[in-house]
Amino acid sequence: MIVEKLSARGPLGRWLPEAAAVVGLLIFPSVFALIGGTADMADRILIWGIFGLGFDILFGFTGLLSFGQAAFFGSGGFMTAYLLIAGVTDNAMVALLIGTAFAAILGVIIGALSLRRSGIYFAMLTLAFGEMFYFLDISPLKEYTGGENGLSGVPATHVGIGKWFVELHTPEGMYWVIAILFLIGFWLARRIVNSSFGAVLLSIRENGERARTLGHDIQKYKLAAFVIAATYAGVAGSLFGLFQGYMPPDGFYLETSGQLVVQTIMGGAGTLVGPTVGALVWIYLRTALQQLPLVGPVWKMVLGIIFVLIVTLFRRGICGGIAILWERLVGSGVAGATAPAVAVAATDKSPRTRAPLTGKVILEAKDLTKRYGGLTAVDKVSFQVVEGEIRALIGPNGAGKTTFFNMLAGAIPPTGGEMFFRGERITSAGSTAICQRGLVKSFQINQLFPSLTVWDNVRIPAIARTYGKFHPSMLRDVGNSEELNALIAQSLAAVHLSDRAHAPARELAYGEKRRLEIGLALATKPSTLLLDEPTAGMSPSERQDTIRLLKSVAAGVTIVIVEHDMDVVFGLADRITVLFNGRKIAEGPPDAIKANPEVRAAYLGNPVQK
Amino acid sequence: MNWSLLWAQLFNGLTLGALLVLVAMGLTIIFGALGVINFAHGAFYMVGAYAGYVAYAATHSFVLAVIAGAAALLLVGIVIERGLIRYYYRRPHEDQILATFGLGIILVEAVRAWFGGISQRLPVPTWGTGAVNLGFLYYPTYRIEVLGIVAVTLVVLYLVLYRTRLGLIVRAGIEDQLMVNVLGINVNRTFLVVFGLGSMAAGFAGVINAPIVTVVPDMGELVLVQSFVVIVIGGVGSFWGALIGGLIAGEIISLTAIVQPAYSEVMLFAAMAIVLILRPQGLFGVQGRQ
Repeated sequence: MIVEKLSARGPLGRWLPEAAAVVGLLIFPSVFALIGGTADMADRILIWGIFGLGFDILFGFTGLLSFGQAAFFGSGGFMTAYLLIAGVTDNAMVALLIGTAFAAILGVIIGALSLRRSGIYFAMLTLAFGEMFYFLDISPLKEYTGGENGLSGVPATHVGIGKWFVELHTPEGMYWVIAILFLIGFWLARRIVNSSFGAVLLSIRENGERARTLGHDIQKYKLAAFVIAATYAGVAGSLFGLFQGYMPPDGFYLETSGQLVVQTIMGGAGTLVGPTVGALVWIYLRTALQQLPLVGPVWKMVLGIIFVLIVTLFRRGICGGIAILWERLVGSGVAGATAPAVAVAATDKSPRTRAPLTGKVILEAKDLTKRYGGLTAVDKVSFQVVEGEIRALIGPNGAGKTTFFNMLAGAIPPTGGEMFFRGERITSAGSTAICQRGLVKSFQINQLFPSLTVWDNVRIPAIARTYGKFHPSMLRDVGNSEELNALIAQSLAAVHLSDRAHAPARELAYGEKRRLEIGLALATKPSTLLLDEPTAGMSPSERQDTIRLLKSVAAGVTIVIVEHDMDVVFGLADRITVLFNGRKIAEGPPDAIKANPEVRAAYLGNPVQK
Repeated sequence: MNWSLLWAQLFNGLTLGALLVLVAMGLTIIFGALGVINFAHGAFYMVGAYAGYVAYAATHSFVLAVIAGAAALLLVGIVIERGLIRYYYRRPHEDQILATFGLGIILVEAVRAWFGGISQRLPVPTWGTGAVNLGFLYYPTYRIEVLGIVAVTLVVLYLVLYRTRLGLIVRAGIEDQLMVNVLGINVNRTFLVVFGLGSMAAGFAGVINAPIVTVVPDMGELVLVQSFVVIVIGGVGSFWGALIGGLIAGEIISLTAIVQPAYSEVMLFAAMAIVLILRPQGLFGVQGRQ
């Protein structure tokens, strides 16, 4: 994103977007007037822009598509209008603050309910809850909201000190109030997006499940994003009522939520200013199209067609398109600036001698069982892994290795049995908590954050390790954390990806992706690493490199590895556990396993009769 | 308690529920087989009602109006699947939602431009006028006929889903979409047929319901929202979920109206919230499906 690229250019560059916003807001009314725009339209555009700043954090950055934002826009607006009309306060800004807080509280409730499902359900639920607010507004609460008539007669107020004030009922005066709030909102949104909190939001958009297994409580992050969006919506709704002197029930219409979505897509999601640009296009085109003879009656259909075309062909919208052009013009030199230039400590290339095994049990499973209906995938498997050990888990296809592994990592709950890690029971702790305790799994099929750079990928687990499973610090620039940067650099060096730090994960070669997959797990600084077929799909020479890499990693951590390649298994493991048909049939040092007749029979497909 | 009012509202709930079942069934079948949730489904329902209105104005035959409504939506469904939806199968769910949402806007506005915003009426057919004495209640004949029509349609739909090869593919798709693709079934044609059938169900519901409600361009919006609630309550991709969920939704709206009319719509969403808290996957939904 342009904004981020520029911000990496030092103190001057860091404030460039805000400075541009100030200049833009100052000259906007006069420039807009040149193309026939009015102050009334300018106010509306900025109100939709504030509404959109919050929505972009929710949709553009976190990937949560809500069709119910009108609920918070309307609630904020009606609360503010009601307070002023009922005379609870005569200060418009106090009313606005209360209205906004009201919208935020509703955001907590509706967010907690809607986020019980994800993906399409989330979109459907938010749409339904949004509609619920409309029905509440027009029927049970009409005594307070005026029902279908809305609340009219919001008293004319002004904001200011002494003789320096602006009238809120004139579009020209209101513009400056809205502009200042927009600026504050923009500044805050930029801080949020560039914080560690914002980095985790992006990772949820890219691959939420992976963020969860890397130790982030993504439900809390999603809820926080939802509440932020509701808060912005509350401010926008309050301003809407103040500026019109009238709060109409339209505030709660599905059309309001829909228009927000459409504007955000048109302007460009994930750019923060996109929704404002979208609002400019929508509101300006609406006015312009309505004046044309033939198109006038069908202006909304025309905008609908434009919208579908943009979704189909030009998904990044106007601002996204500008960003692509900018990247082409300026080149990749700027892109390199996103990751701070941390001096990568040269890692010790000589193979480290591993510390002698302490004999202390670090990971233990007792009678671990998983049943799917009548099928028992894992049948009372018990095993103990000693600190510092490399343990291989082998068995023919369908032996239950992956199921067993997934239970250990907390990805699926066991049907029976217990699991202990460093003496603590982790049987029903879930993957996030298990990861936070230092037991992490890398996946057989790469689970990366495709659009993020390698550096930003590794930043996600580093944040979980450094700040815990939920860290709502939204104002500190994540790039400035020395602690994080050091951990990221160290993890990248360990998997030999330091020179690829600036490449987006999706552009990596297969072997590099595989190493990044391990790097993600390493950056959680695990004490025990579960590796699910780390060499899957690799060429023989890549396999040798990976074995070396794993050996160097093994200096500090305990490793449990599932692997089909016997060269890898016998070249690495201290001990081997063999699963067959869901049961443990053998365990011991490599040589003993090689000689075990039962193991041989299992692999040759001739099970020993018991 | 006024017993005839209670009976009347129970029957109203049943007819409303039956229509919601029909609309939600179309949504669920399309989602189950194609993985696309059609945000234009409410607009399809509305277009069906208008197609019926136009056909009735031309022929004065209600049966022809119903056939026209269903056929028009089959055609619309086929054109839209070929022209738009098929490009979205490989794209994220969010994009599919956005595209179908935009499509809904276009359809609603096209109808508004053509017919104006004023409400139109499709009269009750001659064989549906008057009321029937049920012993405990006089109830409008047409509404009872609607119950019968929907019941027959659902039986047909059930037979298609559970007794034909197409139905097998649809149900397999609901279980595991990837697997169906891997098995080399010609999903391309199946998708087209399923999208067409699902759209047809919406159009059919639109015409059948037209004599009961007023026909306006925005009539699909509430139906879309309510059928989403039905799906959330019943569980996506489940025949029985859509059926039971629809009837529950209809009864909640109608029965609340006896006690507290102002809350009749709101109660529906409250019920949805309760289901979400107690059984997030829906009454008939399978846990773990995304």
